[in-house]
Amino acid sequence: MRLALVNLAYLVASVLFILTFKGLSHPRTAVRANLTGSVGMLIAVVATLLLLDWGQGVQVYGVILAGLVVGSLIGALLALRIRMTAMPQMVALLNGFGGAASTLVAGAALLEELAQGRLPSTQSTVATVAAGIIGAVTFWGSLVAFAKLQEIMPGRPLLFRGQQALNVALLAASLLLGAWLVAAPQATWLYVLIVALCTVLGITSVIAIGGADMPVVICLLNSYSGLAACATGFVLDNNMLIIAGSLVGASGLILSRIMCRAMNRSLGNVLFGGVGAAVVTGAAADAVYAGRVKAASAEELAMILESARRVVIVPGYGMAVSQAQHAVRDLANLLESRGAEVEFGVHPVAGRMPGHMNVLLAEADIPYEKVREMDAINPSFAQTDAVIVIGANDVVNPVARTDPKSPIAGMPILDVDKARTVIVIKRSLSPGFAGIPNPLFAADNTLMYFADGKKAVLDLMDALKQAA
Amino acid sequence: MEVLAITLTVFVLAMFVGFEVITKVPPTLHTPLTSGSNAVSGITLVGAILSAGLQLTTLTTVLGFLAVVFATINVVGGFLVTHRMLRMFKKK
Repeated sequence: MRLALVNLAYLVASVLFILTFKGLSHPRTAVRANLTGSVGMLIAVVATLLLLDWGQGVQVYGVILAGLVVGSLIGALLALRIRMTAMPQMVALLNGFGGAASTLVAGAALLEELAQGRLPSTQSTVATVAAGIIGAVTFWGSLVAFAKLQEIMPGRPLLFRGQQALNVALLAASLLLGAWLVAAPQATWLYVLIVALCTVLGITSVIAIGGADMPVVICLLNSYSGLAACATGFVLDNNMLIIAGSLVGASGLILSRIMCRAMNRSLGNVLFGGVGAAVVTGAAADAVYAGRVKAASAEELAMILESARRVVIVPGYGMAVSQAQHAVRDLANLLESRGAEVEFGVHPVAGRMPGHMNVLLAEADIPYEKVREMDAINPSFAQTDAVIVIGANDVVNPVARTDPKSPIAGMPILDVDKARTVIVIKRSLSPGFAGIPNPLFAADNTLMYFADGKKAVLDLMDALKQAA
Repeated sequence: MEVLAITLTVFVLAMFVGFEVITKVPPTLHTPLTSGSNAVSGITLVGAILSAGLQLTTLTTVLGFLAVVFATINVVGGFLVTHRMLRMFKKK
């Protein structure tokens, strides 16, 4: 009877998780959706506590309670202190912890079966192996992603000879050892060995991926953390874990696909292509830029913005780096107070995770209706008087449309070059992640303003105020 | 074998529900979607609590305890940070 009630509670939690994702379809319902999810989690945890043997008393609950308290403190501290610009690192770290938990749970479940003198079923052992592999890759891969995003490690791809062969060999060896474990579940050292191999695999596979491809990596690791929970569900025969895990798995897969499409690249190319390792040669850059780049002063730019009726601001990772989102909001308000129409154009892969720019703009109190997606804003550039590109490069590079041999060929871009004037705020002419020069910077209708993003926006505002 | 058939059914159906529901999330909310789904993947906490509570051997108790800590960071951190972000989208 108690088991049936607990399972019903799990059903309620599963439904609440589905409603969580459903509610995230609109910013108005999203806050409630997230709360729904946390209530689902609370129900699941309380039901599980009731499942435990009450007779054993304080000692049992003490260990659990200690874990819950320590975890909650660390989690709350991270969540409340993290800056919005550092959200990609935060999510990478959390993905990793989810994966680690699944690996530990699957391992413990195997030991428990054996300690009770039972042999785990084939289904259970297969799922244990899956949880071990996916969880360990997720944990270590996420730590590498975190280190890259936090700039503890260099962001460029770290490649060495035979890297892919090594990765394939590690995965193949893990699967073989996994098959062995299924045949002989008593040999628990095999599980330890699998986790060790996948530790190496997680590290060697993610170090090969460059900083600007992190949106895809984060989505994929997110998906893995869900699939690891799902595998744990198969180990424990728990439908709620399977449902919640596959929802997350699906979410991560969908997002990785969207990100890949936005770069016109396959998932394989992102994971194994080592894109971003090449460095642009000075000669190639000279051929594009020599004598054609026009740098403008803040006063000149203010004159152009003064008379502009429609302005579109295109933010990129550079805006996040210089924490310029609040200054950008002030500039937008200033332009609007002068009668201009201001909108924001966001490329799907701008920033270091999907939706990164939208969060920063929301943090600066910019209404989400003014932040437009690429497909929605592209037709309007021809009627736009001025575009301000701040800290974006590859996503506005017209070479994507014109040169089929370029590394970004066919990537959908924001067509800012169609606007009457393009103002590019950038620290230097250094190339973006793709490592290629950007002819936009040398275009007739482009004016460069070389400065740190935040300082540049403040300079522009000063000049605008003085012009009035 | 019968149990496997049922769990597989649940898995496949849940995947479909996931694809249907998540394709409707607008790009504006993709970061909160990632962090929120992250929190949900902390559901493995349930398995962790069982191991930490069963306390069959010292090793499984330690593994269970560590898993509870990791999963709780995931759950609490995930839901809280998502809440922080979504509140910014709501206000005008």
